[in-house]
Amino acid sequence: MTLLSVQGLSKSFGGVAAARDVSFLLERGELLAIIGPNGAGKSTVFNMVGGQLRPDHGAVLLDGQNITAASPQKRFRLGVGRTFQVAQTFLSMSVVENVQMALVSCNGESSALWAPARTRHREEALALLEQVGMADVADRPCSALAYGDVKRVELAIALAGQPKLLLMDEPTAGMAARERADLMDLTARIADAKSIGVLFTEHDMDVVFGHAERVIVLVRGRIIAAGSPEEIRQNEEVRRAYLGDEHALEKPKGLSPA
Amino acid sequence: MDLSFLAIQALNGLSSASSLFITACGLTLVFGVTRIVNFAHGSLYMIGAYTAATLVPRLLELHFGPVTFWAGILASAIIVGLIGVLIEVLLLRRIYGAPELFQLLATFGVVLVVQDLAILVFGPEDILGPRAPGLRAPVEILGRRFPSYELVLIAAGPIVLGLVWLLLRKTRFGVLVRAATQDREMIAALGVNQALLFTGTLFLGAFLAGLGGALQIPRVSAHAGMDLSIIAEAFVVTVVGGMGSVPGAFLAALIIGQLQAFGILIFPKSTLVVVFLLMAVVLAIRPYGFFGRPEAVGGTHAVGIASSKRSPYAGLIALAVIGTGLSLPLIGDAYMLKVATEILIFALFAFSLQLLIGVSGVVSFGHAAFFGLGAYGAALSLKWFALPMEAALPAGLLLAAAGALLIGGFVVRLSGIYLAMMTLAAAQIIYAVAFQWVDVTGGDNGIVGVWPSAWASGQVPFYLFTLALVTIAVLLLMRIINAPFGYALRAARDSEARAEAIGLTIRRHRWLAFTISGAAAGLAGGLYAFSRGSVDPSLLGIPTSVDALTMLLIGGIQTVTGPLVGAGFLHVLRDQIMPLTSLWRLLLGLIIIAIVLVFPRGLVGTVRGWGEERS
Repeated sequence: MTLLSVQGLSKSFGGVAAARDVSFLLERGELLAIIGPNGAGKSTVFNMVGGQLRPDHGAVLLDGQNITAASPQKRFRLGVGRTFQVAQTFLSMSVVENVQMALVSCNGESSALWAPARTRHREEALALLEQVGMADVADRPCSALAYGDVKRVELAIALAGQPKLLLMDEPTAGMAARERADLMDLTARIADAKSIGVLFTEHDMDVVFGHAERVIVLVRGRIIAAGSPEEIRQNEEVRRAYLGDEHALEKPKGLSPA
Repeated sequence: MDLSFLAIQALNGLSSASSLFITACGLTLVFGVTRIVNFAHGSLYMIGAYTAATLVPRLLELHFGPVTFWAGILASAIIVGLIGVLIEVLLLRRIYGAPELFQLLATFGVVLVVQDLAILVFGPEDILGPRAPGLRAPVEILGRRFPSYELVLIAAGPIVLGLVWLLLRKTRFGVLVRAATQDREMIAALGVNQALLFTGTLFLGAFLAGLGGALQIPRVSAHAGMDLSIIAEAFVVTVVGGMGSVPGAFLAALIIGQLQAFGILIFPKSTLVVVFLLMAVVLAIRPYGFFGRPEAVGGTHAVGIASSKRSPYAGLIALAVIGTGLSLPLIGDAYMLKVATEILIFALFAFSLQLLIGVSGVVSFGHAAFFGLGAYGAALSLKWFALPMEAALPAGLLLAAAGALLIGGFVVRLSGIYLAMMTLAAAQIIYAVAFQWVDVTGGDNGIVGVWPSAWASGQVPFYLFTLALVTIAVLLLMRIINAPFGYALRAARDSEARAEAIGLTIRRHRWLAFTISGAAAGLAGGLYAFSRGSVDPSLLGIPTSVDALTMLLIGGIQTVTGPLVGAGFLHVLRDQIMPLTSLWRLLLGLIIIAIVLVFPRGLVGTVRGWGEERS
């Protein structure tokens, strides 16, 4: 069954239509990128899938189940993990405690009043940190990490819920070029190994064309093109939308493996 | 009740709405630009009244006439405006970036300082101002006499609204004020001279507060205590109208004025309750008031407890403290035990607040409500149901928990400054009930004869009883803070978006935290009632809430043990210094301000900081 099915999503803010009749499908293990110029409606679509916004029309189905009106909490339980444009972690906790917190919530223990949190699910949390390459800083305060590392911790937190679907809003924003490719390689590996579907928005075309298996192009709230990176790169309409920034659509050079 | 009576009541409502609006308008402007909720706004109002009541009669002696009177009112307002500038330059300028809890407390420090200074400068007596020349004769409206000065007041509100509107629309300063209210960071990025803008806004705000106060002198005498009563109402007006919105403040003042005028007919004793109920209802429906906007995220940062390595000596220190506590009856005299008992009780009270502020990031400004509910719950069940202490204490705890459950249901839907104001309002409602429901609560006199059971009476037994209960309660709370529940609260404090994305139900967690915290405060309140043998409404008042906050602040809100140290420090200080000086509030105010400015991490936090630097 299709993992994520987005059907005719529309959303207006006042008189501005931020999303118009947006539909797409996402399969397990697939990396799907949403791109578009600033103000195209990427974040709006994203937040409707993530549960932060309620669409005016349309539906979001996860494994066939309608989750259009479900809260972010409910979506988490149904297997939706997400990372944020500006990484959101619990800065007052240590790295491993961040992941433990997610595991505690996952196991429905977040109202437990007795046994200390720091002893719960520690091994499992360390294993998750191992996967993202952060196990050696597990006991450092999260606030002491470099931003690229915080992004990795955030990925580990999102994976703690054993998601079927991973939503990543501009996963590489604010990172150095080398780190970007590394993080996306890591994401692709994990998605493949656990057959997680990944939906991400991105401004960096190297990342998009280097890692996405399919690309959706959003302009003024409407999907104007969808297809493989190669098809998108050739698409005339897309080229027009990115007019003046043609280099953005050129083949990536050097860093990221295509 | 005929038509003319209703008309007169409506006019009364309009005139009090006008006075309220003029004062609240200044508060909302200052908040809009500086994002500081200025507790000292009420103090500026009081200074305005005192200054006018002192200045205007002298001027009238020189030259009697309406011009002199109004010039005196205006001069008083300008003097207050300059005092506002002084406060901005000396204090506010240094705390624009601080967490809002610190801002609230620092400005409350100013309130305390001004209370003592006002008595020093103007004397302890109430000062009755002169009546306005030319407006002494009442006018006749529908066959009833109505003071003509009130008619002038009714007009003053819309006039001030019009002038402020002109100022905001037609001057460069006004454009900047409006721009800063919308987006302070953008204004800074555009290279506007912020210092001047903020100072100017404080002048305007303080001027309006002073004007509001000065206009009162023909109606009420200037007296100490005006500050807190007006600030509570002004808070309600600004919150209901939407913080930062001048038209919102006007609309809210109109509604509240009428509500007070007619509420007095329906609930003769409980106008306060009606006003705060309005605020509760409005915030429940519109969490940002009539015209307010959600506060931009990423402004003031929540601060609180962070994970730290357990000190290897933590267990030893705890044992040493408990051991010292147990051996105190052997070395201390009765007086020392009494002080120690009170310190223990306040330590529990402050610690219960730590669960909200340090752990959950929920800045409650009305925690006295639950302390008081616990005390009254115990005292009332003793007085009316003749329950023994063993049953009365749990009854107090349950009453406080029930109150917290009810209030928490409203509170957890809000955030930031609206949340703080809602808790303040809730505490004021309960205060008003305790104060005005004389038949049950004894009103101002409270309830006396609240003594412990025989086995626990006497200084030593009651001290040991308190020590045992407080120790158990604090250990339980610590357990909760370290349990997943406490971590979940911290998670929601650190990042709401992340907490939601990992499936935490933030509101439900906060609601439970609010209830647990209220119950613990209620236990402290019950113990306090039995330690003193009496309860009175002051236990529910704003100063009691601020006491708890001050203890937290002194100890350090980033530490678990901070509130315990803070309670001891503040109580000993008060005990040693209060008998020596009549300027205790001045001193306390300065201490609060100094801590906010110099030691924002508090005693425990600062000491620990030194330790970390060394290692």
